Amino acid sequence: MLAKRIIPCLDVNAGRVVKGVNFVALRDAGDPVEIARRYDVQGADEITFLDITASSDERDIILHIIEAVASQVFIPLTVGGGVRAVTDVRRLLNAGADKVSMNTAAVNNPQLVADAAAKVGTQCIVVAIDAKQTSPGKWEVFTHGGRKNVGLDVIDWARQVQLLGAGEILLTSMDRDGTKSGFDLALTRAVADAVTIPVIASGGVGSLAHLADGVTQGRADAVLAASIFHYGEYTVREAKEYMRQQGVEVRL
Amino acid sequence: MNTMAMSVAVVDYGMGNLRSVAKAIEHVAPHASVRVTADAAEIAAANRVVVPGQGAMPDCMRELNERHLRDAVMRAAAEKPFLGICVGLQMLFGHAEEGDVMGLEVLAGRVPRFPQAAMVMPDGSRLKVPHMGWNQVRQSEAHRSHPLWDGIADETRFYFVHSYYVEPQDAVCIAGETTHGITFTSAIARENIFAVQFHPEKSAQAGLRLLENFMRWQP
Repeated sequence: MLAKRIIPCLDVNAGRVVKGVNFVALRDAGDPVEIARRYDVQGADEITFLDITASSDERDIILHIIEAVASQVFIPLTVGGGVRAVTDVRRLLNAGADKVSMNTAAVNNPQLVADAAAKVGTQCIVVAIDAKQTSPGKWEVFTHGGRKNVGLDVIDWARQVQLLGAGEILLTSMDRDGTKSGFDLALTRAVADAVTIPVIASGGVGSLAHLADGVTQGRADAVLAASIFHYGEYTVREAKEYMRQQGVEVRL
Repeated sequence: MNTMAMSVAVVDYGMGNLRSVAKAIEHVAPHASVRVTADAAEIAAANRVVVPGQGAMPDCMRELNERHLRDAVMRAAAEKPFLGICVGLQMLFGHAEEGDVMGLEVLAGRVPRFPQAAMVMPDGSRLKVPHMGWNQVRQSEAHRSHPLWDGIADETRFYFVHSYYVEPQDAVCIAGETTHGITFTSAIARENIFAVQFHPEKSAQAGLRLLENFMRWQP
Protein backbone atom coordinates (compact mmCIF):
# COMPACT_ATOMS: atom_id res chain seq x y z
CA MET A 1 0.00 0.00 0.00
CA LEU A 2 1.21 3.47 -0.89
CA ALA A 3 2.70 5.28 2.10
CA LYS A 4 1.59 8.75 3.10
CA ARG A 5 4.52 11.08 2.61
CA ILE A 6 6.15 13.46 5.08
CA ILE A 7 7.89 16.35 3.38
CA PRO A 8 10.11 18.83 5.22
CA CYS A 9 10.18 22.23 3.53
CA LEU A 10 13.27 24.46 3.47
CA ASP A 11 13.15 28.18 2.73
CA VAL A 12 16.27 29.13 0.81
CA ASN A 13 17.44 32.70 0.35
CA ALA A 14 20.44 33.30 -1.91
CA GLY A 15 21.68 29.80 -1.30
CA ARG A 16 21.20 29.65 2.46
CA VAL A 17 18.48 27.97 4.48
CA VAL A 18 16.96 30.84 6.37
CA LYS A 19 14.64 29.37 8.94
CA GLY A 20 16.52 28.33 12.05
CA VAL A 21 17.71 24.82 11.94
CA ASN A 22 18.43 23.21 15.20
CA PHE A 23 20.09 19.94 14.41
CA VAL A 24 22.63 18.75 16.90
CA ALA A 25 26.23 18.98 15.69
CA LEU A 26 25.42 20.58 12.40
CA ARG A 27 28.61 22.06 11.04
CA ASP A 28 26.83 24.72 9.06
CA ALA A 29 23.24 25.44 10.06
CA GLY A 30 22.43 27.25 6.84
CA ASP A 31 23.87 24.75 4.40
CA PRO A 32 21.06 23.25 2.31
CA VAL A 33 23.10 20.18 1.39
CA GLU A 34 23.88 19.23 4.95
CA ILE A 35 20.31 19.86 6.10
CA ALA A 36 18.85 17.86 3.22
CA ARG A 37 21.17 15.02 4.11
CA ARG A 38 19.97 15.05 7.71
CA TYR A 39 16.36 14.88 6.63
CA ASP A 40 17.17 12.03 4.26
CA VAL A 41 18.80 10.09 7.10
CA GLN A 42 15.75 10.75 9.29
CA GLY A 43 13.56 9.15 6.65
CA ALA A 44 12.03 12.15 4.86
CA ASP A 45 10.05 10.95 1.84
CA GLU A 46 10.86 14.04 -0.21
CA ILE A 47 12.31 17.47 0.39
CA THR A 48 10.82 20.72 -0.86
CA PHE A 49 12.92 23.83 -1.38
CA LEU A 50 11.15 27.13 -1.49
CA ASP A 51 13.42 29.71 -3.09
CA ILE A 52 12.56 33.07 -1.52
CA THR A 53 15.49 34.92 -3.09
CA ALA A 54 14.23 38.38 -3.98
CA SER A 55 17.19 39.64 -5.98
CA SER A 56 17.17 38.48 -9.58
CA ASP A 57 21.00 38.57 -9.63
CA GLU A 58 21.05 35.74 -7.11
CA ARG A 59 18.32 33.63 -8.68
CA ASP A 60 20.65 31.12 -10.29
CA ILE A 61 22.17 30.15 -6.94
CA ILE A 62 19.27 27.75 -6.38
CA LEU A 63 20.40 25.78 -9.44
CA HIS A 64 23.80 25.15 -7.87
CA ILE A 65 22.16 24.23 -4.59
CA ILE A 66 19.89 21.69 -6.26
CA GLU A 67 22.82 20.29 -8.21
CA ALA A 68 24.82 19.83 -5.01
CA VAL A 69 21.90 18.28 -3.10
CA ALA A 70 20.94 15.97 -5.96
CA SER A 71 24.42 14.50 -6.13
CA GLN A 72 24.24 13.42 -2.48
CA VAL A 73 20.61 12.97 -1.54
CA PHE A 74 18.74 10.27 -3.42
CA ILE A 75 15.12 11.06 -2.66
CA PRO A 76 12.73 13.26 -4.66
CA LEU A 77 13.39 17.00 -4.59
CA THR A 78 10.79 19.65 -5.31
CA VAL A 79 11.66 23.28 -5.95
CA GLY A 80 9.31 26.22 -5.89
CA GLY A 81 9.64 29.98 -5.97
CA GLY A 82 10.38 32.29 -8.85
CA VAL A 83 9.25 29.92 -11.58
CA ARG A 84 7.82 32.04 -14.39
CA ALA A 85 8.47 30.22 -17.64
CA VAL A 86 8.91 26.75 -19.08
CA THR A 87 12.65 27.47 -19.36
CA ASP A 88 12.78 27.98 -15.56
CA VAL A 89 11.17 24.56 -15.15
CA ARG A 90 13.64 22.95 -17.53
CA ARG A 91 16.65 24.48 -15.82
CA LEU A 92 15.53 23.30 -12.37
CA LEU A 93 14.86 19.77 -13.61
CA ASN A 94 18.20 19.68 -15.41
CA ALA A 95 19.89 20.76 -12.19
CA GLY A 96 18.42 17.71 -10.47
CA ALA A 97 14.96 18.69 -9.24
CA ASP A 98 12.28 16.05 -9.73
CA LYS A 99 9.31 18.36 -9.46
CA VAL A 100 8.84 22.07 -9.88
CA SER A 101 6.18 23.98 -8.07
CA MET A 102 4.48 27.10 -9.42
CA ASN A 103 2.06 29.41 -7.69
CA THR A 104 1.56 33.03 -8.79
CA ALA A 105 2.81 32.30 -12.28
CA ALA A 106 0.15 29.62 -12.69
CA VAL A 107 -2.58 32.03 -11.55
CA ASN A 108 -1.35 34.79 -13.87
CA ASN A 109 -0.83 32.46 -16.80
CA PRO A 110 -2.62 29.09 -16.53
CA GLN A 111 -1.28 28.16 -19.96
CA LEU A 112 2.17 27.91 -18.34
CA VAL A 113 0.98 24.84 -16.43
CA ALA A 114 -0.22 23.22 -19.64
CA ASP A 115 2.93 24.15 -21.57
CA ALA A 116 5.25 22.93 -18.82
CA ALA A 117 3.35 19.66 -18.37
CA ALA A 118 3.41 19.04 -22.12
CA LYS A 119 7.13 19.68 -22.21
CA VAL A 120 8.37 17.82 -19.15
CA GLY A 121 5.48 15.61 -18.12
CA THR A 122 2.63 15.96 -15.68
CA GLN A 123 4.54 14.17 -12.92
CA CYS A 124 7.06 17.02 -12.68
CA ILE A 125 4.53 19.82 -12.28
CA VAL A 126 3.19 20.84 -8.89
CA VAL A 127 0.77 23.73 -8.55
CA ALA A 128 0.89 25.45 -5.19
CA ILE A 129 -2.39 26.96 -4.05
CA ASP A 130 -2.54 29.48 -1.22
CA ALA A 131 -6.09 29.40 0.15
CA LYS A 132 -8.02 31.61 2.55
CA GLN A 133 -11.51 31.03 3.84
CA THR A 134 -13.81 33.85 2.73
CA SER A 135 -17.13 32.49 4.04
CA PRO A 136 -18.25 29.22 5.65
CA GLY A 137 -17.32 26.33 3.34
CA LYS A 138 -15.75 28.65 0.78
CA TRP A 139 -12.07 29.30 0.16
CA GLU A 140 -10.48 31.61 -2.37
CA VAL A 141 -7.05 31.68 -3.99
CA PHE A 142 -4.61 34.31 -2.74
CA THR A 143 -1.16 35.37 -3.91
CA HIS A 144 1.51 37.69 -2.50
CA GLY A 145 1.71 35.87 0.80
CA GLY A 146 -2.03 35.97 1.34
CA ARG A 147 -2.48 39.67 0.65
CA LYS A 148 -4.00 39.53 -2.81
CA ASN A 149 -7.31 37.82 -3.53
CA VAL A 150 -7.23 36.79 -7.17
CA GLY A 151 -10.94 36.00 -7.32
CA LEU A 152 -10.74 32.26 -7.87
CA ASP A 153 -12.59 29.61 -5.92
CA VAL A 154 -10.05 27.13 -4.55
CA ILE A 155 -12.01 24.00 -5.52
CA ASP A 156 -12.59 25.30 -9.07
CA TRP A 157 -8.94 26.24 -9.41
CA ALA A 158 -7.76 22.86 -8.11
CA ARG A 159 -9.91 21.09 -10.70
CA GLN A 160 -8.68 23.43 -13.39
CA VAL A 161 -4.98 22.89 -12.66
CA GLN A 162 -5.56 19.14 -12.78
CA LEU A 163 -7.10 19.53 -16.23
CA LEU A 164 -4.22 21.77 -17.30
CA GLY A 165 -1.76 19.03 -16.43
CA ALA A 166 -0.60 19.49 -12.83
CA GLY A 167 0.56 16.19 -11.35
CA GLU A 168 0.13 17.30 -7.76
CA ILE A 169 -1.30 20.13 -5.66
CA LEU A 170 0.50 21.75 -2.74
CA LEU A 171 -2.32 23.26 -0.72
CA THR A 172 -1.50 25.86 1.93
CA SER A 173 -4.04 27.39 4.26
CA MET A 174 -3.02 31.02 4.66
CA ASP A 175 -5.35 31.23 7.65
CA ARG A 176 -3.37 28.54 9.44
CA ASP A 177 0.14 29.16 8.13
CA GLY A 178 2.43 29.99 11.04
CA THR A 179 -0.28 29.51 13.68
CA LYS A 180 0.70 25.99 14.78
CA SER A 181 -3.00 25.27 15.26
CA GLY A 182 -3.20 22.46 12.70
CA PHE A 183 -4.15 22.16 9.04
CA ASP A 184 -7.45 23.54 7.80
CA LEU A 185 -8.89 20.03 7.58
CA ALA A 186 -12.16 21.02 5.91
CA LEU A 187 -10.23 22.80 3.16
CA THR A 188 -7.80 19.91 2.75
CA ARG A 189 -10.55 17.35 2.48
CA ALA A 190 -12.62 19.45 0.10
CA VAL A 191 -9.69 19.74 -2.30
CA ALA A 192 -8.48 16.14 -1.87
CA ASP A 193 -11.95 14.87 -2.72
CA ALA A 194 -12.35 17.23 -5.67
CA VAL A 195 -9.32 16.05 -7.66
CA THR A 196 -7.81 12.72 -8.71
CA ILE A 197 -4.19 13.89 -8.38
CA PRO A 198 -2.28 13.80 -5.06
CA VAL A 199 -2.71 16.69 -2.61
CA ILE A 200 -0.04 17.83 -0.14
CA ALA A 201 -1.43 19.56 2.96
CA SER A 202 0.49 22.54 4.29
CA GLY A 203 0.15 25.37 6.77
CA GLY A 204 -0.43 25.23 10.51
CA VAL A 205 1.41 22.14 11.73
CA GLY A 206 2.33 22.45 15.40
CA SER A 207 2.20 18.85 16.60
CA LEU A 208 2.51 15.30 15.39
CA ALA A 209 -1.23 14.85 15.83
CA HIS A 210 -1.74 17.63 13.27
CA LEU A 211 0.28 15.69 10.71
CA ALA A 212 -1.78 12.55 11.26
CA ASP A 213 -5.05 14.52 11.12
CA GLY A 214 -4.09 15.92 7.73
CA VAL A 215 -4.05 12.41 6.36
CA THR A 216 -6.83 10.72 8.33
CA GLN A 217 -9.33 13.59 8.35
CA GLY A 218 -8.05 15.82 5.58
CA ARG A 219 -7.42 12.87 3.24
CA ALA A 220 -4.14 14.41 2.11
CA ASP A 221 -1.67 12.15 0.31
CA ALA A 222 1.29 13.94 1.86
CA VAL A 223 1.94 16.45 4.61
CA LEU A 224 4.45 19.27 4.48
CA ALA A 225 5.93 21.00 7.49
CA ALA A 226 8.79 23.34 8.23
CA SER A 227 9.17 24.65 11.74
CA ILE A 228 8.38 21.52 13.76
CA PHE A 229 11.28 19.81 12.04
CA HIS A 230 13.64 22.78 11.71
CA TYR A 231 13.60 23.73 15.35
CA GLY A 232 14.31 20.18 16.42
CA GLU A 233 10.96 19.69 18.14
CA TYR A 234 10.49 16.40 16.34
CA THR A 235 12.45 14.35 13.88
CA VAL A 236 10.84 13.04 10.72
CA ARG A 237 11.24 9.56 12.16
CA GLU A 238 9.31 10.47 15.31
CA ALA A 239 6.57 11.90 13.12
CA LYS A 240 6.38 8.67 11.16
CA GLU A 241 6.35 6.49 14.24
CA TYR A 242 3.48 8.54 15.62
CA MET A 243 1.56 8.33 12.36
CA ARG A 244 2.04 4.59 12.22
CA GLN A 245 0.57 4.33 15.74
CA GLN A 246 -2.44 6.21 14.38
CA GLY A 247 -2.86 3.57 11.71
CA VAL A 248 -1.35 5.65 8.89
CA GLU A 249 0.73 3.76 6.32
CA VAL A 250 4.25 5.25 6.36
CA ARG A 251 7.71 4.32 5.14
CA LEU A 252 9.84 3.48 8.18
CA MET B 1 38.17 -5.24 -12.23
CA ASN B 2 39.24 -3.70 -15.52
CA THR B 3 37.74 -0.41 -16.57
CA MET B 4 35.99 -1.94 -19.57
CA ALA B 5 33.82 -3.97 -17.26
CA MET B 6 32.72 -0.80 -15.53
CA SER B 7 31.48 1.40 -18.34
CA VAL B 8 27.81 2.23 -18.32
CA ALA B 9 25.79 4.23 -20.82
CA VAL B 10 22.72 6.10 -19.60
CA VAL B 11 20.67 6.53 -22.74
CA ASP B 12 19.74 10.17 -23.30
CA TYR B 13 16.73 10.61 -25.51
CA GLY B 14 15.79 13.98 -24.12
CA MET B 15 13.25 12.86 -21.56
CA GLY B 16 13.43 12.95 -17.82
CA ASN B 17 15.95 13.49 -15.14
CA LEU B 18 19.00 11.67 -16.49
CA ARG B 19 21.41 13.46 -14.27
CA SER B 20 19.87 11.89 -11.18
CA VAL B 21 20.30 8.40 -12.60
CA ALA B 22 23.92 9.07 -13.53
CA LYS B 23 24.66 10.67 -10.15
CA ALA B 24 23.21 7.73 -8.27
CA ILE B 25 25.25 5.24 -10.31
CA GLU B 26 28.39 7.31 -9.78
CA HIS B 27 27.61 7.27 -6.07
CA VAL B 28 27.48 3.46 -5.86
CA ALA B 29 30.21 2.80 -8.44
CA PRO B 30 32.71 5.64 -8.06
CA HIS B 31 35.24 3.98 -10.35
CA ALA B 32 32.84 3.32 -13.17
CA SER B 33 32.76 5.42 -16.29
CA VAL B 34 29.18 6.71 -16.42
CA ARG B 35 28.18 8.40 -19.65
CA VAL B 36 24.89 10.12 -20.30
CA THR B 37 24.78 9.74 -24.05
CA ALA B 38 22.68 10.04 -27.17
CA ASP B 39 25.42 8.49 -29.30
CA ALA B 40 24.59 5.04 -30.66
CA ALA B 41 28.27 4.13 -30.93
CA GLU B 42 28.85 5.00 -27.29
CA ILE B 43 25.88 2.89 -26.26
CA ALA B 44 27.23 0.01 -28.33
CA ALA B 45 30.65 0.34 -26.70
CA ALA B 46 29.38 0.41 -23.11
CA ASN B 47 29.31 -2.78 -21.07
CA ARG B 48 26.09 -1.89 -19.34
CA VAL B 49 23.15 0.15 -20.47
CA VAL B 50 20.54 2.01 -18.46
CA VAL B 51 17.41 3.33 -20.14
CA PRO B 52 15.67 5.78 -17.84
CA GLY B 53 12.53 7.56 -18.78
CA GLN B 54 9.99 9.99 -17.56
CA GLY B 55 7.02 11.65 -19.03
CA ALA B 56 4.80 10.44 -21.80
CA MET B 57 5.47 7.21 -23.69
CA PRO B 58 4.60 8.69 -27.14
CA ASP B 59 7.16 11.48 -26.63
CA CYS B 60 9.75 8.96 -25.44
CA MET B 61 9.23 6.70 -28.47
CA ARG B 62 9.31 9.66 -30.85
CA GLU B 63 12.54 11.01 -29.35
CA LEU B 64 14.12 7.57 -29.38
CA ASN B 65 13.32 7.20 -33.06
CA GLU B 66 14.29 10.74 -34.03
CA ARG B 67 17.65 10.38 -32.36
CA HIS B 68 18.20 7.07 -34.15
CA LEU B 69 18.67 5.27 -30.86
CA ARG B 70 16.10 2.56 -31.36
CA ASP B 71 18.52 0.00 -32.79
CA ALA B 72 21.18 0.74 -30.18
CA VAL B 73 18.65 0.18 -27.38
CA MET B 74 17.31 -2.98 -29.03
CA ARG B 75 20.83 -4.37 -29.38
CA ALA B 76 21.67 -3.54 -25.78
CA ALA B 77 18.49 -5.27 -24.62
CA ALA B 78 19.54 -8.34 -26.58
CA GLU B 79 23.09 -8.68 -25.38
CA LYS B 80 24.28 -6.78 -22.29
CA PRO B 81 23.25 -6.02 -18.72
CA PHE B 82 20.27 -3.77 -19.29
CA LEU B 83 18.35 -1.76 -16.72
CA GLY B 84 15.09 -0.06 -17.68
CA ILE B 85 13.57 2.54 -15.36
CA CYS B 86 9.95 3.77 -15.46
CA VAL B 87 9.22 4.54 -19.13
CA GLY B 88 12.42 2.57 -19.79
CA LEU B 89 10.45 -0.45 -18.53
CA GLN B 90 7.23 0.47 -20.33
CA MET B 91 8.89 0.89 -23.72
CA LEU B 92 10.09 -2.73 -23.66
CA PHE B 93 6.48 -3.80 -24.17
CA GLY B 94 3.97 -3.49 -26.97
CA HIS B 95 0.90 -1.33 -27.16
CA ALA B 96 0.72 1.67 -24.84
CA GLU B 97 -2.66 3.15 -24.03
CA GLU B 98 -0.96 6.51 -23.60
CA GLY B 99 -0.98 8.10 -27.04
CA ASP B 100 -1.89 4.77 -28.65
CA VAL B 101 1.70 3.96 -29.60
CA MET B 102 3.73 0.76 -29.88
CA GLY B 103 6.77 0.16 -27.75
CA LEU B 104 9.88 -1.81 -28.72
CA GLU B 105 8.11 -5.15 -28.26
CA VAL B 106 11.10 -6.79 -26.63
CA LEU B 107 8.55 -8.35 -24.28
CA ALA B 108 4.96 -9.22 -25.09
CA GLY B 109 2.32 -7.24 -23.26
CA ARG B 110 0.59 -3.88 -23.08
CA VAL B 111 0.82 -0.68 -21.07
CA PRO B 112 -2.59 0.42 -19.73
CA ARG B 113 -3.53 3.31 -17.45
CA PHE B 114 -4.70 2.84 -13.87
CA PRO B 115 -8.46 2.27 -14.18
CA GLN B 116 -10.50 5.03 -12.48
CA ALA B 117 -13.04 2.54 -11.17
CA ALA B 118 -10.47 0.60 -9.14
CA MET B 119 -9.29 3.77 -7.45
CA VAL B 120 -12.33 4.49 -5.26
CA MET B 121 -12.05 3.13 -1.72
CA PRO B 122 -14.96 1.84 0.41
CA ASP B 123 -14.98 5.07 2.49
CA GLY B 124 -15.40 7.14 -0.66
CA SER B 125 -11.83 8.42 -0.68
CA ARG B 126 -9.82 7.95 -3.82
CA LEU B 127 -6.42 6.50 -4.60
CA LYS B 128 -4.67 9.12 -6.65
CA VAL B 129 -3.16 8.94 -10.11
CA PRO B 130 -0.25 9.54 -10.74
CA HIS B 131 0.69 6.75 -8.34
CA MET B 132 3.20 8.98 -6.58
CA GLY B 133 5.24 8.02 -3.55
CA TRP B 134 6.75 5.09 -1.71
CA ASN B 135 5.15 1.70 -2.20
CA GLN B 136 6.11 -1.88 -1.47
CA VAL B 137 7.49 -4.28 -4.05
CA ARG B 138 6.69 -7.95 -3.48
CA GLN B 139 9.46 -9.97 -5.05
CA SER B 140 8.14 -12.89 -7.06
CA GLU B 141 8.99 -16.46 -6.00
CA ALA B 142 10.61 -17.13 -9.35
CA HIS B 143 13.00 -14.20 -9.13
CA ARG B 144 13.51 -13.78 -5.38
CA SER B 145 17.13 -14.84 -5.66
CA HIS B 146 17.77 -12.57 -8.65
CA PRO B 147 21.13 -10.77 -8.19
CA LEU B 148 19.38 -7.39 -8.46
CA TRP B 149 17.28 -8.13 -5.37
CA ASP B 150 20.39 -9.09 -3.40
CA GLY B 151 20.35 -7.46 0.05
CA ILE B 152 16.91 -5.94 -0.56
CA ALA B 153 14.18 -7.33 1.69
CA ASP B 154 10.90 -8.48 0.20
CA GLU B 155 8.22 -5.75 0.47
CA THR B 156 10.81 -2.96 0.53
CA ARG B 157 9.39 0.44 -0.42
CA PHE B 158 10.61 2.24 -3.52
CA TYR B 159 9.63 5.62 -4.97
CA PHE B 160 7.10 5.52 -7.79
CA VAL B 161 5.63 8.19 -10.02
CA HIS B 162 3.56 6.99 -12.97
CA SER B 163 0.04 6.75 -14.35
CA TYR B 164 0.57 3.73 -16.62
CA TYR B 165 1.89 0.26 -15.82
CA VAL B 166 3.01 -2.83 -17.72
CA GLU B 167 0.90 -5.93 -18.13
CA PRO B 168 3.20 -8.71 -19.37
CA GLN B 169 1.60 -11.48 -21.40
CA ASP B 170 3.98 -14.02 -19.92
CA ALA B 171 4.03 -13.98 -16.10
CA VAL B 172 7.41 -15.73 -16.06
CA CYS B 173 9.18 -12.37 -16.44
CA ILE B 174 7.46 -10.80 -13.41
CA ALA B 175 10.12 -10.07 -10.78
CA GLY B 176 8.06 -7.83 -8.54
CA GLU B 177 4.50 -6.65 -7.96
CA THR B 178 2.95 -3.65 -6.26
CA THR B 179 -0.59 -2.77 -5.24
CA HIS B 180 -2.28 0.57 -5.82
CA GLY B 181 -5.98 -0.12 -6.28
CA ILE B 182 -4.93 -2.95 -8.56
CA THR B 183 -1.89 -5.21 -8.33
CA PHE B 184 0.51 -4.47 -11.16
CA THR B 185 3.96 -5.57 -12.33
CA SER B 186 6.59 -3.27 -10.84
CA ALA B 187 9.71 -5.20 -11.91
CA ILE B 188 10.55 -7.64 -14.69
CA ALA B 189 13.54 -9.89 -15.29
CA ARG B 190 14.55 -11.85 -18.35
CA GLU B 191 18.07 -13.01 -19.08
CA ASN B 192 20.19 -9.84 -19.30
CA ILE B 193 17.25 -7.50 -18.80
CA PHE B 194 15.97 -6.11 -15.52
CA ALA B 195 13.50 -3.27 -15.55
CA VAL B 196 11.55 -1.48 -12.85
CA GLN B 197 8.58 0.84 -12.72
CA PHE B 198 9.92 2.69 -9.67
CA HIS B 199 12.87 5.07 -9.55
CA PRO B 200 15.87 3.45 -7.85
CA GLU B 201 17.78 6.71 -8.23
CA LYS B 202 15.19 8.36 -5.96
CA SER B 203 14.58 5.46 -3.57
CA ALA B 204 17.21 6.21 -0.92
CA GLN B 205 19.24 3.25 0.36
CA ALA B 206 17.13 0.51 -1.22
CA GLY B 207 17.39 2.13 -4.63
CA LEU B 208 21.13 2.66 -4.35
CA ARG B 209 21.49 -1.01 -3.42
CA LEU B 210 19.61 -2.06 -6.54
CA LEU B 211 21.85 0.12 -8.71
CA GLU B 212 24.93 -1.27 -6.99
CA ASN B 213 23.62 -4.78 -7.67
CA PHE B 214 23.12 -3.86 -11.30
CA MET B 215 26.69 -2.63 -11.62
CA ARG B 216 27.97 -5.95 -10.28
CA TRP B 217 25.56 -8.15 -12.21
CA GLN B 218 27.05 -10.74 -14.55
CA PRO B 219 24.02 -12.27 -16.31
